[in-house]
Amino acid sequence: MSDVKKFLYLNRRAPYGTIYAWESLEVVLIGAAFDQEVSLMFVDDGVFQLVKGSDTSELDMKNFMPTYRTLGDYGVRHLYVDKASLEARGLTQDDLIEVAWEDWETEEEVDNIVEIVDSGQAIGVFEESDVVFSF
Amino acid sequence: MADLYTVNKSPFEKNSLEDVIRFSGEGASILFIEDGVYGAMAGTAVSDLVANATGRKFYVLGPDLKARGIAEDRLIDGVELVDYAGFVDLVVENDKVQAWL
Amino acid sequence: MKLAVQVNEGPYQHEASDSAYHFTKAALEKGHEVFRVFFYHDGVLNGTRLTTPPQDDRNIVERWVALAEKYDLDLVLCVAAAQRRGIVDEGEAERNGKDATNIAPKFRISGLGQLIEAAIQSDRLVVFGD
Repeated sequence: MSDVKKFLYLNRRAPYGTIYAWESLEVVLIGAAFDQEVSLMFVDDGVFQLVKGSDTSELDMKNFMPTYRTLGDYGVRHLYVDKASLEARGLTQDDLIEVAWEDWETEEEVDNIVEIVDSGQAIGVFEESDVVFSF
Repeated sequence: MADLYTVNKSPFEKNSLEDVIRFSGEGASILFIEDGVYGAMAGTAVSDLVANATGRKFYVLGPDLKARGIAEDRLIDGVELVDYAGFVDLVVENDKVQAWL
Repeated sequence: MKLAVQVNEGPYQHEASDSAYHFTKAALEKGHEVFRVFFYHDGVLNGTRLTTPPQDDRNIVERWVALAEKYDLDLVLCVAAAQRRGIVDEGEAERNGKDATNIAPKFRISGLGQLIEAAIQSDRLVVFGD
């Protein structure tokens, strides 16, 4: 087995109502130092984590939306969003933030690594992962 | 080889079971633990979810089932009872574990 | 086989910590190696020695401690999660100017990297949560 594992972070919870979304994001950030192949999957209320326009100023809570935008810099290669979950919540890709990615060695660039996937594609993502983190 | 999925939520409370069936492929093993064991009961409004999910194997954690007073004869046909040692075996036998909380 | 266990919930509030304990114990009894049990979110509350359940109930904290003593198990509390929830060892008390510690024996506080490392080093990661 190669040293690099494919990590998949499974996010199924809305932000702010509980700490799970934020603390799982902290794992992703720390995990970047380990040079694994990292993807995130947003399902169910987890898709709300990527909705743009968040303003937490009146709650005195940390707004971690800007952190998602930097995930490309932390080595995250894919942010997959479950299509059915998104549609069930009346959302489209336009409602979601964009996350850019660049490979510093090859200078390969991707404008937006937030990708909407159907169940079949998602099954493929789960299958090819080596480790699934749930929070 | 395939994955082991754990479901710890009652299907009457959260859609974890529905998700697991939607996101699991052929050959998947699905283990009900904690409040998830209610999903293994026959004759409920959601029993068909399990009964109609072909190509997957379902297991239920005995100690959790027993704690909730659900007799084995209330299980959906084909759901296999395991103890914690059996849970460990399922983890070992499958490629990885996905916790659908 | 080498296993890693992640516990996301505190004791008593949620069954996750019981499930994780019974699973870990069963794995060890079957001769598997448990590389690490990593406590995250409210799971860090599994590691306070001040827990005092009623006498007729299980002592979840002491149960972890006993398992760790028997099998030399590595019980790690996430430092960021522990700081938020007031779980303190001597090092943390000194660094953050706290007047007491409450970490249970056999537990240690360390960084999130310990979870990532456990996932890399182990053949399987098993997560227990809400």
